[in-house]
Amino acid sequence: MSPVANGEAVSTATLPQLLRRNAQAMAERPAMREKDHGIWQPYSWRRYWEEARDFALGLAAAGFGRGDKLSVIGENRPRLYFAQLAAQSLGGVSVPVYQDAIATELAYVLNHAETSVVVAEDQEQVDKVLSLRAQLPNLKLVVYDDPRGLLNYDDPILKSFEAVKQQGREFGAAHAGYVDAAVDAGKPDDIALFSYTSGTTSRPKGVMLTHANLLLPAAAFAKAEQLKPTEEHLAYLPMAWIGTSLVSIALHLHIGFTCNFPEKPETVGRDLRELGPTIGLAPPRFWENTLTAVTVRAADSSPLKHRLFEYFRRVAEQTEQLKADGKSVPPHLRLAHAIGEILVYAPVRDQLGWGRSRVVYTGGAPLGGDVFRFFRSFGINLKQVYGATELSGLCSVQADGEVDPDTVGRMLDGMEARIHDTGEVQVRSPGIFHGYYKQPEASQEALTEDGWLRTGDAGFIDRRGHLAIIDRAKDVGRLDDGTSFAPQFIENKLKFSSYIGEAVVFGDGRPFVTTMLAIDPNTVGKWAERSNLAYTSFQDLCARAQVGQLVREEIRKCNARLPEATRIRRFLVLNKEFDADDDEITRTRKIRRGFVAEKYAAVIDALYGGAAEVELSTEITYEDGRKAVLESCLAIGDVYEPETPAFASTRILAGAAVPAAAGE
Amino acid sequence: MAVAATSATRTDEVQLAATGVSKRFGGVRAVEDVSISVRRGEIASIIGPNGAGKTSLLNMISGFYRPDSGSIVFDGTETTRYRPADIAHLGIARTFQNIALFGGMTVLDNIMLGRHVRMKSGVLSSFIYWGFAQKEEIAHRARAEELIDFLELQDLRKQQTSALAYGLRKRVELARALALDPKLLLLDEPMGGMNSEEKEDMARYILDVNEQWGTTIILIEHDMAVVMDISDRVAVLDRGRKIAEGTPGEVQRNPKVIEAYLGTGHERTERAA
Repeated sequence: MSPVANGEAVSTATLPQLLRRNAQAMAERPAMREKDHGIWQPYSWRRYWEEARDFALGLAAAGFGRGDKLSVIGENRPRLYFAQLAAQSLGGVSVPVYQDAIATELAYVLNHAETSVVVAEDQEQVDKVLSLRAQLPNLKLVVYDDPRGLLNYDDPILKSFEAVKQQGREFGAAHAGYVDAAVDAGKPDDIALFSYTSGTTSRPKGVMLTHANLLLPAAAFAKAEQLKPTEEHLAYLPMAWIGTSLVSIALHLHIGFTCNFPEKPETVGRDLRELGPTIGLAPPRFWENTLTAVTVRAADSSPLKHRLFEYFRRVAEQTEQLKADGKSVPPHLRLAHAIGEILVYAPVRDQLGWGRSRVVYTGGAPLGGDVFRFFRSFGINLKQVYGATELSGLCSVQADGEVDPDTVGRMLDGMEARIHDTGEVQVRSPGIFHGYYKQPEASQEALTEDGWLRTGDAGFIDRRGHLAIIDRAKDVGRLDDGTSFAPQFIENKLKFSSYIGEAVVFGDGRPFVTTMLAIDPNTVGKWAERSNLAYTSFQDLCARAQVGQLVREEIRKCNARLPEATRIRRFLVLNKEFDADDDEITRTRKIRRGFVAEKYAAVIDALYGGAAEVELSTEITYEDGRKAVLESCLAIGDVYEPETPAFASTRILAGAAVPAAAGE
Repeated sequence: MAVAATSATRTDEVQLAATGVSKRFGGVRAVEDVSISVRRGEIASIIGPNGAGKTSLLNMISGFYRPDSGSIVFDGTETTRYRPADIAHLGIARTFQNIALFGGMTVLDNIMLGRHVRMKSGVLSSFIYWGFAQKEEIAHRARAEELIDFLELQDLRKQQTSALAYGLRKRVELARALALDPKLLLLDEPMGGMNSEEKEDMARYILDVNEQWGTTIILIEHDMAVVMDISDRVAVLDRGRKIAEGTPGEVQRNPKVIEAYLGTGHERTERAA
């Protein structure tokens, strides 16, 4: 029953070979479940293989072969996985793309990768691809999953998934054992995947990863974390994200657990709860949003419940803090914690869908320590992992009992990290990529001469041997008095506030730190409702003086936990959210700092020029690519420190041993 | 092949024929001697200024009003004197201008209610539940789930309809009408009060219903762009009378229609436009 392969078997296998093995070793066990028509519909391992095989035959009949590229575009759907494995079975390459990419981005990636087959989820995606057809000379076939609304399309390039499989079965009747032979011919060093990096600096780059690149880190991770075939996982993050490819393809095939797909993005919350996954991986954004949702729901409940929640939340925080410091927890706190477990923690875990979770991970970017501690204190075993697309996603994880918010844990078996003189983290791993597609110079620059990957992250290795990441190396800056500061560290502290959605912090080469932030429309909207503040639109809400005051208070709370020199002095509430369609953040929601600084140069000038407001005209892009210009005048706020320096120094001179209350 | 499938649903066979129907309310002549015929599988629109008699005509087709004179024939059955419930049994479903959902019930329950017409188990067997009634319930739930999938209401299944936004309630109402498995669907201003994005979505759903199940659709709508975009044929009413009928292009060029909408002296307006 236990199909966990040993390391040796993995290093000589390809993804389709593992699929075929699973289809034999655990034929009738569910490989996937998709919630459809209100019911979780299982797909066995046998079915997974048969679907991939038949689709591969269909692709072969259409002339797809070794080295050809197939792109999937859409939400997580079984057929999009069948298609990727089908392409890889024939020695082809899977190129998943972001389902919310706008036309120009999509055209760039599909062209750059020379994709010849696109498998699209539905009419929306088909329309997007067909509208770009004139720009896609390599495109030969567009396959759709959901036929809805596509009945009247008579474009010969367009076929249904079933039609391709049907052609495949006819082709297969004439070519017995075709796919098996192709799978046998596959080598672990064949390219399996192009993962286009979101690129915080430039156009996306196609990271080439081999079967071995993906499988070796997956195997090392499975071993370190003792993952079993009985795990349940819910896959709902973009298929183009390397984390998805790693978990829902490589780890999934390697271990043979069950991968579940939600009904649609809006139902993820409920689907999580119904399913109760045992493992999970999500970027910081997800955890920040979840925390916000919990806080909002607690505030919306009855006063008694709200007070209970707040009380036990403090109990949990204190207990967690004591444990983290290695101190013993006093009996009364232990008792309170036990009551809290019954009244608050377990129900919250259950509501969030993590009631059965053994371990969940955050990765992709640093998660603020406060958010991290919240989940751990509520009994969710949240751990940090570290990786990069160029490392096939993963190279380190925190071991149980060694979890803390400041590090990303130890390197996995077979991987090493070192800190270069510049402070940059460099990693050696079997997951290191085979270069950027068609960009040999960039590929060469990414590696050191002795074959270590330059991650571009600044970090250090602590005395336990844990790797700690500070920020992107190029983002770590200095104020003009020489104080070094890491913008992301401060931003994460700001984002701990449920009212602040996204924030960019400035300060490199400046006298003090400032921020431009976007409020969270849901929480601030609810807050406005509760405080009887009428507003007409998001822009109107952002411009309200009361909202400015609210944000100022939140910044003060954040300042209280920052060193004196790097406290935020001035801020501006932006009247739009940061949007990937406007290139301000990447599709994985990382701030594109350089771009933002350029686009909002007027704001930065005003923040440091002492102006009370700034005229701003911003271009916004709609989802369909249309553009519009937003003209507005935004107010800039000052964050006053409560105690004046003169007063504080008097007290110190007078010898009063009262420490000045920081911030508040 | 795909094109052939569509033309198969659009036939010349008349599915609904209203001949010379009139309706008065006291001294008001709401509808006067109007004849329209709708072919199987087409999307027909009825347009006209406020008070032109559009909704009254729809009410007569669905049995809410009885015509004072004239006749209505649906699928070969004269339905002029039928009650609304009997007409529903024949396969005509409708939605309302001001949404008529059960606000205290969930989206799913509202849709299941639409299946009621198609349920056969009686009071006794429903009471016992196991056996026939259970089997039937499961079959009907499966159909309700198809509609939830079709209209993308998955995340709202268990929500009370009164708590939903206006555009969503319109969509739920459409789902309930579709739950009857209608042969003819009457939609009274399905896009009234919607923003342009919601309108686009609704237009797509209407086209998809027509394409997927070949359902004949009669549509009352004020948004001319939508009407001209999705209708096969358009009938124009003005003060209770039919003043024009034809393809969207024909109707748009018809001087009587222009007059009804813009009043006399329209030429100047037109030139200015």
